[in-house]
Amino acid sequence: MNIVVCVKYVPDATGDRRFKPDNTVDRAAVDGLLSELDEYAVEQALQIKEKQGDDTEVTVLTVGPERAVEAIRKSLQMGADRGVHVLDDAIAGSDALATSLVLAQALAKVRSAGGWDLVLCGMGSTDGAMGVIPAMLSERLDVPGATFGSSIEVDGDTVRIRRDGDTATVTAEAVLPLVASVTDMTGEARYPSFKGIMAAKKKTVETWSLADIGVEPSQVGLSSSWTAVESTEARPPRTAGEVVSDEGGSGAKALVDFLTSKKFI
Amino acid sequence: MSEVLVLVDHVGGSVRKTTHEMLTIARRIGEPSAVFIGQLSDDAAGALRQYGAAKIYVVDPNALGPYLVAPKAEVLAQLVGSVTPAAVLVSSSAEGKEVAARVAVRTDSGIITDAVDVQPEGGTPGGAPVTTQSVFAGSYTVQATVTRGTPIIAVKPNAATPERAEGAGTVENVPVSISSSAKGARMTGVEPKKASGRPELTEAAIVVAGGRGTGGNFEPVEALADSLGAAVGASRAAVDSGWYPHSFQIGQTGKVVSPQLYVATGISGAIQHRAGMQTSKTIVAVNKDEEAPIFELADFGVVGDLHTVLPAATEEIEKRKG
Ligand SMILES: Cc1cc2nc3c(=O)[nH]c(=O)nc-3n(C[C@H](O)[C@H](O)[C@H](O)COP(=O)(O)OP(=O)(O)OC[C@H]3O[C@@H](n4cnc5c(N)ncnc54)[C@H](O)[C@@H]3O)c2cc1C
Ligand SMILES: Nc1ncnc2c1ncn2[C@@H]1O[C@H](COP(=O)(O)O)[C@@H](O)[C@H]1O
Repeated sequence: MNIVVCVKYVPDATGDRRFKPDNTVDRAAVDGLLSELDEYAVEQALQIKEKQGDDTEVTVLTVGPERAVEAIRKSLQMGADRGVHVLDDAIAGSDALATSLVLAQALAKVRSAGGWDLVLCGMGSTDGAMGVIPAMLSERLDVPGATFGSSIEVDGDTVRIRRDGDTATVTAEAVLPLVASVTDMTGEARYPSFKGIMAAKKKTVETWSLADIGVEPSQVGLSSSWTAVESTEARPPRTAGEVVSDEGGSGAKALVDFLTSKKFI
Repeated sequence: MSEVLVLVDHVGGSVRKTTHEMLTIARRIGEPSAVFIGQLSDDAAGALRQYGAAKIYVVDPNALGPYLVAPKAEVLAQLVGSVTPAAVLVSSSAEGKEVAARVAVRTDSGIITDAVDVQPEGGTPGGAPVTTQSVFAGSYTVQATVTRGTPIIAVKPNAATPERAEGAGTVENVPVSISSSAKGARMTGVEPKKASGRPELTEAAIVVAGGRGTGGNFEPVEALADSLGAAVGASRAAVDSGWYPHSFQIGQTGKVVSPQLYVATGISGAIQHRAGMQTSKTIVAVNKDEEAPIFELADFGVVGDLHTVLPAATEEIEKRKG
């Protein structure tokens, strides 16, 4: 079977993330990396491959700037087989709908090339964090979607997921082809091994432009997105307040005094 | 004024507070119409009318079948087609966002998720919606608008103070026809969760959370929460250790809460945790390490062992309450 994992290159959350004057994310200000939440999707793809046997191929797909290829590289080091990078200046500033259009068209091209049975996504990107792309891909590709799996299992052409919701735990199944997303509950992602890092050097990464996937530049990018960011404002950083030490058991009383002064009691 | 569709958030037929908030927001933009997927009880209809629903569209859940999300989105998209509303509001839960995403594609409309406020443009009643979001772990506030199609907005809990307004609440049954492509993912089991008896995490005015520092014993955390009428939350370290269920996790991959008071106990304050609580009005921390980063954002902190500080604080609170 063939699996495509959609991975995103995101600014490091521990860095000082900012916006540019045009209200787009300043992707140059902070080092980027493979979104940690997409590592879980790569991991699940590799586990499925290991269970299915060697004729299963894992392709990683990313839409992003030049350096986004680093997200593909990391996935290849973890064990994915090949990469596709959709790279085009016209994509900059795309919102979720526009990004999903590009991803869907790229997936359509992969489909006509060797095909795929399963598209795996992370639960959300660590920068945009909308968690909507997988559902959008399901709609655009007209294949079923099973999102937010806290576990995923492939059995023949049936996929079972477990979704740990707020009010209930739901189990669901679907028949391939399918778009699925997995959460960080699926289990730790592996680190690239030395062997994996060496092997990744020989794996191929194709770069596709918008023209390669049949998307007009006017369909995407900042000006043709479906939403517009009107303003961005840094919130004043929180400042540290009073800190007391619990010497001689005085901490609890000080704490309750504080809560009382704020009328919480 | 144009209709504003509000997808009713309810549990087993009982309408959640988020719905009252969305109906309140809807009135700023147009005339609220509730979309209720389920068996509409008199109580539920009453609640929707009390918060201003002029119409209640009812969708028979049996007609949607045992499938994941897609059929709900299909019905809502059909309604958008027939009603041409000024906006669609859904609650910003995992399911709500998926419905919103699907409706956005189907109706070729812009989508905004995780709105913490929605106001009409220029403050003029009936104006196009302008949303406020809190991004990058709460370090930025962003205002956005939808520029194409019908604004599809996923609204977070506590985005508005619910205000009552009598609505006619005329009930209309929606005819349902579901395409085969929406029937791809079938639910095979639903295991409802036991209610904790405490306030719902994302709606609670006070949240007391425990982390790795609890060492697995959440009793002092729960006791303090109960003395304050608070919800209980947990850090990912606590959830990963199996000490507390995932649905109580606060942070980037859990819930984002914004209560009046957040009490972090035995939690270091990692960026991914902060992403879920940084916008709380008042933050209090109890941690035995005075260098813990959580103190950088706490309005009040106690350096001490939570296993002694929390029980003593609970006792003191009970005493003062009399
Ligand atoms: C992609 C990604 C997503 C993530 N999502 C989340 C998320 O949603 N939510 C989340 O919380 N984390 C998340 N994390 C994990 C996060 O980075 C931290 O690892 C986690 O928040 C740490 O939890 P903690 O503060 O309980 O544990 P620790 O960092 O181990 O801190 C424990 C604290 O307890 C204190 N302590 C110990 N004993 C006591 C005692 N007896 N009394 C008082 N204090 C004591 C210690 O001094 C310490 O400060 C995520 C990480 C990644 C990479
Ligand atoms: N630019 C992108 N390239 C590839 N995959 C993406 C991209 N953006 C989002 N995704 C995928 O969609 C998931 C959800 O992203 P989001 O809806 O942006 O939170 C991510 O975890 C990725 O799997």
